[in-house]
Amino acid sequence: MAKAQSKRSNVKFPKSMTGIQGLDVITNGGIPKNRPTLLLGNTGCGKTILAMEFLVHGIEMFNEPAVFLSFEEKTEELELNVRSLGFDLDKHLAENKIYLEHVNINQDIIKETGMYDLEGLFVRLGHAVKKVKARRVVLDSLDTLFFSFNPQMLRLEFKRLISWLKEKKLTAIITGEIGNTLFTRHGVEEYVADCVIILDNRVINQITTRRLRIVKYRGSIHGNNEYPFLIDEKGITVLPIISDVLLQRSSSKRISSGIEQLDVMLDNKGFYVGSSILISGTAGTGKTSIAATFAYSVCKSKKRCLFCAFEEAPHQVIRNMRSIGISLEPLMKSGLLNFYYARPTLQNLELHFISIKKMIKELKPSVVILDPITNLMTEGPNSDIRSMLTRFVDYLKIEQITVLFTAAITVGSIERNPSDEGISSMVDTWMMVQDIEVDTERTRSLCIMKSRGMLHSTLVKKFLISSKGITLSRIVIKQNGTLTDFKRNAKEHQNLSTSNGSKDLVESARD
Amino acid sequence: MPRKVVKKIKAKVKAENGGQGKYFLQLFVTGILPNSARAVANSKAFCERYLKDRYELEIIDIYQQPALALNEEIIAVPLLIKKFPLPEVRLTGDLSNIETVLKELQLN
Repeated sequence: MAKAQSKRSNVKFPKSMTGIQGLDVITNGGIPKNRPTLLLGNTGCGKTILAMEFLVHGIEMFNEPAVFLSFEEKTEELELNVRSLGFDLDKHLAENKIYLEHVNINQDIIKETGMYDLEGLFVRLGHAVKKVKARRVVLDSLDTLFFSFNPQMLRLEFKRLISWLKEKKLTAIITGEIGNTLFTRHGVEEYVADCVIILDNRVINQITTRRLRIVKYRGSIHGNNEYPFLIDEKGITVLPIISDVLLQRSSSKRISSGIEQLDVMLDNKGFYVGSSILISGTAGTGKTSIAATFAYSVCKSKKRCLFCAFEEAPHQVIRNMRSIGISLEPLMKSGLLNFYYARPTLQNLELHFISIKKMIKELKPSVVILDPITNLMTEGPNSDIRSMLTRFVDYLKIEQITVLFTAAITVGSIERNPSDEGISSMVDTWMMVQDIEVDTERTRSLCIMKSRGMLHSTLVKKFLISSKGITLSRIVIKQNGTLTDFKRNAKEHQNLSTSNGSKDLVESARD
Repeated sequence: MPRKVVKKIKAKVKAENGGQGKYFLQLFVTGILPNSARAVANSKAFCERYLKDRYELEIIDIYQQPALALNEEIIAVPLLIKKFPLPEVRLTGDLSNIETVLKELQLN
């Protein structure tokens, strides 16, 4: 339905792609073509960078020459900013594709001797546009003008500027401060009318999140929410919350878990490709080991894997896994295994996802591992996290990437842990690892809580980590066995665990 | 190039007057827009009245010479620049407020 609508509005309303990741999605194809867009936000919100990216992408992707008129930054500073985003500015300058001009307003205090207008600015803009045959224009930021000139005159001139830009068929971005300045206080945005975007920089729990919101987009549907965005060395990424579930394909292909006996439990075949897998368990039950074994097996089959570690540094993971006979280092060197490591508190969860998504776009892995997801949950309220995680999982499903996340839970709280509950409903396969005390020894156990779309074992397996990796074996108990029975048979298990348990596993594939 | 022209004129004015007394003014306008037209008339009248025989007034249409608008950092038009004697003074507007003009050019 949404698609049909956007198609209709696209016909009526020509748009200009910004080339900024995510922004074109939430605007349904970009900002209004041949019209000005107002970009508002406080200082340090990323207005200039967004505007600049719009221009450079315009040149690189659509061959539309651009003019950047800066009222704040000097030309050299601007050039430096563009270069720092990794764009080849010199080439564009040499090819006469971009023209940067600094409009110095504070040259001296304006001494008014009567009526005047800003025709000088128009002349300069017109001259610049002609110079490169510009199709895109940025004015950054008009506030500076409002500090220096008579506001009443400015309002008229602003109106004139807007119609001038429309007349010249220029796709323009005009930036401005929000709130306490004259620019917005005088209701200037009314004249722009077609499209208004607000950027915001908020600090919650000492973590800053940049957000973008489209306040107004005349003649077009657009996302109404606030969308988090990220500025890094590669520029701006907006994370759209829209994800088209219809795009999800459900593969019937399988991928091995890397643990033979676990594959047997999962219908003899392992996980579905593109499914989401959760391993939950208390501390020290071997969640990371299972995850690493999976990663190892994926890489061994010459597929890429992205391991997102939120608890341990990559080197620590590598060292620890070496102790159970999994050497990840060569895989990392060959580029098949990649790590994303960041402290959860470094930034907002959403931004972690944006960063991870960027890596996914670059690496195109077939498996993503998040270890552990619960560490991220300390940030922000739970409902937010759930929706963010859902969107992330949706995204991975669309991309047909298998995702495995681990979740640390406290003893006895599986049902009561709200975040865990939220996750388990969105995952396709849920495994639980638990500690069972047998006399004076802790024994690990593994069971499959659910696994959508396949016959899976319902047995609780003994789960053993040795220097040769992970093995699962059958727990032998009496017919109507209880935990006490289990305890009584502890000695027996220990003897069994040393022998190969594969024979016992055959009967386990049962729904 | 225009800067060179300005320098030349400055030098010329300086040479002719021994560096004293004579005013060199530039008025930047945009065609015959109302503000510009008024400014041209006002500036001529003003100079004749207060600076008779000791001024040179150059009227520049930035529609014709847009590059000059950039060189002189012009945004608001009309703009009168007193190039000489130093210091440089920039007056924005159609020059209808004679008192401000006199005050800023220190002619009162």
